[in-house]
Amino acid sequence: MTSPDTAYEELVSGPIPWVGRTRRWKRYLPERIIKAVLFFCSIVSIFTTVGIVSVLIFEAALFFQEVSIVEFLTNTKWTPLFASKNFGILPLVTGTILTSMGAMFVALPLGLMSAIYLSEYAPDTARQIVKPVLEILAGIPTVVYGYFALLFVTPILRSISDDISVFNGLSASIVMGIMILPMVSSLSEDAMRSVPRSLREGAYALGATRLEVSTRVVIPAALSGIVAAFILATSRAIGETMIVTIAAGQNPTFTFNPFVPIETMTAYIVQVSLGDTPTGTLEFKTIFAVGLSLFVITLSMNLLSQFIVRRFREVYE
Amino acid sequence: MADRIPGRFDRRMRRRRLEGQIFHVLCLLSILVGLGMLAALLLNIFMEGWQRVNWSFLTSFPSRHPEAAGIRAALFGSIYVIAVAGTLAFSFGVAAAIYLEEYASRNWFARVIQINIANLAGVPSIVYGILGLEIFVRFLALGKSVLAGGFTLALLVLPIVIIASEEALRAVPSSIREGGYALGATRWQTIWRLVLPQAFPGILTGVILAVSRAIGETAPLIVMGALTFVPFTPDGPLSRFTVLPIQIFNWVSRPQEGFHEAAAAGIIVLLVVLLSMNALAVLLRNRFQRRMEG
Repeated sequence: MTSPDTAYEELVSGPIPWVGRTRRWKRYLPERIIKAVLFFCSIVSIFTTVGIVSVLIFEAALFFQEVSIVEFLTNTKWTPLFASKNFGILPLVTGTILTSMGAMFVALPLGLMSAIYLSEYAPDTARQIVKPVLEILAGIPTVVYGYFALLFVTPILRSISDDISVFNGLSASIVMGIMILPMVSSLSEDAMRSVPRSLREGAYALGATRLEVSTRVVIPAALSGIVAAFILATSRAIGETMIVTIAAGQNPTFTFNPFVPIETMTAYIVQVSLGDTPTGTLEFKTIFAVGLSLFVITLSMNLLSQFIVRRFREVYE
Repeated sequence: MADRIPGRFDRRMRRRRLEGQIFHVLCLLSILVGLGMLAALLLNIFMEGWQRVNWSFLTSFPSRHPEAAGIRAALFGSIYVIAVAGTLAFSFGVAAAIYLEEYASRNWFARVIQINIANLAGVPSIVYGILGLEIFVRFLALGKSVLAGGFTLALLVLPIVIIASEEALRAVPSSIREGGYALGATRWQTIWRLVLPQAFPGILTGVILAVSRAIGETAPLIVMGALTFVPFTPDGPLSRFTVLPIQIFNWVSRPQEGFHEAAAAGIIVLLVVLLSMNALAVLLRNRFQRRMEG
């Protein structure tokens, strides 16, 4: 049997008695050129990935010729820009973990509850208004959130407790949580809404309250989607740059204290880019090693999230 | 019910109802927290910056004196960079989507491209900055120019355009294509005259969203090497430049109160542009949809 695709190919290349040879050429040559051009455009994305991976690996390899990987992964001091240099990425990693976990502490409960409200409680009209408004939050540039964290949230926090420095992980975490909230809520809501009505109706028929239906039927059924949303949002928080650069400080410290200035991996890359470190020096090459670590972490989280969706998705017919 | 002896069932039922109500209120509250934060953010910025937004703020170069500082250089820089990035992302993104949806057979190669695009969408934007620095600035020797910045942002938003366009193309019913083929149209004629016009609103929405993402990006351009203090407007594709978000970042990180007001004013300009673009996207989509139905 010939599929439409092969039939088309035969039409292009095979003998067709009723069309002259030149006419066929005029008609189908442009088709092939167009197809080739479109194909080229579609592999630009492959080039991008190859470019990212090779740039990071190539430059990081130069860095690791001078600094051992063991030192990079175990030293608890990160002072490449100082006279006595230490190249331990751990302080940047703890800074990143602190801010992104802090952000998830905010975004996880708020996002999940918002999603439950939108999917299970809200009347349709409320949902149609609230959802786009919430999505405005996702469209606000991160530099704006940085402004908000440093000049609005931090002063409030500092008026509550004197222990909090001007630059601190807490303020950045809270604001970053607000930033990723729409992502958590809209992805989780999509997962919850794809749970079929009949499941809910079955539970209601058994006398369950709305709370019980939400937490014991809908959430378990949508769990893979919700978990994937959390992982994606965490990965987004890890890669977030401007909020932490502006509000969390540029002070790599091996600590989980949210009140003191810290530095994340992304903020360090910005710090070096803004400074006058000459390109080609070992100091400058640190950004590729840090960038590679960042890329590996976020990529593995994204892959994990895709895997969870594929592997654990509950399919209802 | 009222005159029944309140047994264990009724007590438990009352408790379950109460828990449900508490939960309902909590869910509502968490939505309100999100909306409240949005309101606080917008209000705070508006109060801080609105008296600085005027014609001279838009047309002045940055300055050491906060009250004289303006966003002229940043505004022009943003327009130039976005023009480059938007054009490239639109043409390459739509072309790629057409190939993937209309031409590619469903084999391993198409799957690899799809997975690749999904993962590119999750790469932190700052990594694109490193890519831009190495490939465009150094390897292609474009310098830290408008062109290099535009290319970097184009790669960054390309996955958004591709994914949105693919969805738009997928939504076009296959009967439209079959109709075209039945009339003897070639594949490209069918796509160009029948499929694309139908998918256009969806594609357009995706492109506008991608462009508004690109307008707000700061980190990749800083890493790529955009300037932070620019007292000139770019005079060509190879000129150095700054963009609005970087200008805002620069002002936020200064200690003087006056610069914070300038930052808030810059944010107002940025948000007005972004929100009107989003409104435009919604409007265009609605209009095209109505035309197609009618």
